Amino acid sequence: MADSITIASDQQQSIPLWLLAELSYSCPLQCSYCSNPINYPQTRAAELSTEEWKTVFKDARKLGAVQLGLSGGEPLVRPDLEELIAEARSLGFYSNLITSAIGADAARLAAIHEAGLDHIQISFQGSNQDVNDHFAGTKSFHHKVLMANEAKKLGFPMVLNFVLHRQNIHQIGDMLKLAEELKADFVELANSQYYGWALKNIDALLPSRQQLLDAEAITNDFRKRHRGNMDVIFVVPDYYENRPKACCNGWATTFLTVTPNGNVQPCQSAQELPGLELPNVREQSLEWAWRESPLFNAFRGTDWMPEPCRSCPEKEQDLGGCRCQAYLLTGDAFATDPVCDLSPKHSIIENAVAKAQNIADLNIDGFGYDIDSAPVKPLLFRNPKNAKLLSKK
Amino acid sequence: MAISENTWVVLSGQFRFQWEEAQQCYVLLYPEGMVQLNPSAGEILSRCQQQTTIADVISDLQNSFVEADPKALAADVVEFIHEANDQGWLDLKN
Repeated sequence: MADSITIASDQQQSIPLWLLAELSYSCPLQCSYCSNPINYPQTRAAELSTEEWKTVFKDARKLGAVQLGLSGGEPLVRPDLEELIAEARSLGFYSNLITSAIGADAARLAAIHEAGLDHIQISFQGSNQDVNDHFAGTKSFHHKVLMANEAKKLGFPMVLNFVLHRQNIHQIGDMLKLAEELKADFVELANSQYYGWALKNIDALLPSRQQLLDAEAITNDFRKRHRGNMDVIFVVPDYYENRPKACCNGWATTFLTVTPNGNVQPCQSAQELPGLELPNVREQSLEWAWRESPLFNAFRGTDWMPEPCRSCPEKEQDLGGCRCQAYLLTGDAFATDPVCDLSPKHSIIENAVAKAQNIADLNIDGFGYDIDSAPVKPLLFRNPKNAKLLSKK
Repeated sequence: MAISENTWVVLSGQFRFQWEEAQQCYVLLYPEGMVQLNPSAGEILSRCQQQTTIADVISDLQNSFVEADPKALAADVVEFIHEANDQGWLDLKN
């Protein structure tokens, strides 16, 4: 019986276990580290209909997808969300709503519960109103707290997600306290990763090494003192690792993303990669996209690798790291992810990290942060005006 | 707590248990995660979806798998219940 338990990471490669349904890029928040494309407003007119999403769900389920992430932007902007949740439930998906909670009230959460949603993940941008609302770009903290309370009253398993960066990481102790008060089942303390909007804002977001060490220490201390029912994950920025993660558990092995206008991608950033046509559910079948499309096959396995990955004894573990990160930082989608210290371009990461060590811009006294003193490097908030600005560059 | 054949067992409400056709196995689903179960684990947990005693799980399995040695099967079940409980998959009550 010793081998009675196997974990999903050994999954054979032909099944997209995880479907991420980005229902809309519209969002009432303006987080400067958003993983949506910089030109997101351009997709507004062409969002998939309710029926089109139901077909996506059906087809994904046939391929073997079982975890469904309902995301965006903000999935609550869709008036058909409850209908989509009910459809997902009837197909046998385990559904996860990944939301800011802005756009819901108690009645709507009850309807969502009735429709059969399995789990809700609510984001927080800080541990108190000042910091949360500043980085969310909108008044939202009190409503998030109200909705978290409602979610627990309804009996939802609840994950609270805090995206961490150099301007809010000092609140980590209070974030954990807040999560406990709200009776979260899991807490994700997720340092921002640097694609799209976050990469444009990296100077204002990447924490210093000391900030990360202090945050990790607080987290570990919390875990020791609260051996309880709340699991805490702390995710370090890739830039501080010396080996990359396998891109989405392995390019086109586990994850399948469908964007608001029906593009099918192995990950949220793949539209950035040059020369690879994006399949679209309005033109091709989901099955063709997953199994046959040039995009999905471009980086499966290890045959595509140039050196140093090609001869590397670790290549099966991290599969060369993230293609999007390699392209964004080196201009070459086939390159070793520069996070790897064996990458000939690793100095790109070292330079970015070196820049982040100087925290004079944060007006930090010891460990405190003065929100009223504007940092030297301003944030570009995620909104249509800035999207236009950045797309022109 | 001490686990015996009289212990009541049920799958924790934090997990959903179902058969996955594409994977040809039973799985446990939880927020953003999944555990694949091998056939024996699947057979045991499928009998724990409603509250039952370990003794009832064992006798049901013995009836379903008549060719198996009943004592070895019983021991395997109790051992698995320990492991599954350590993973947090079960609610147990004496």
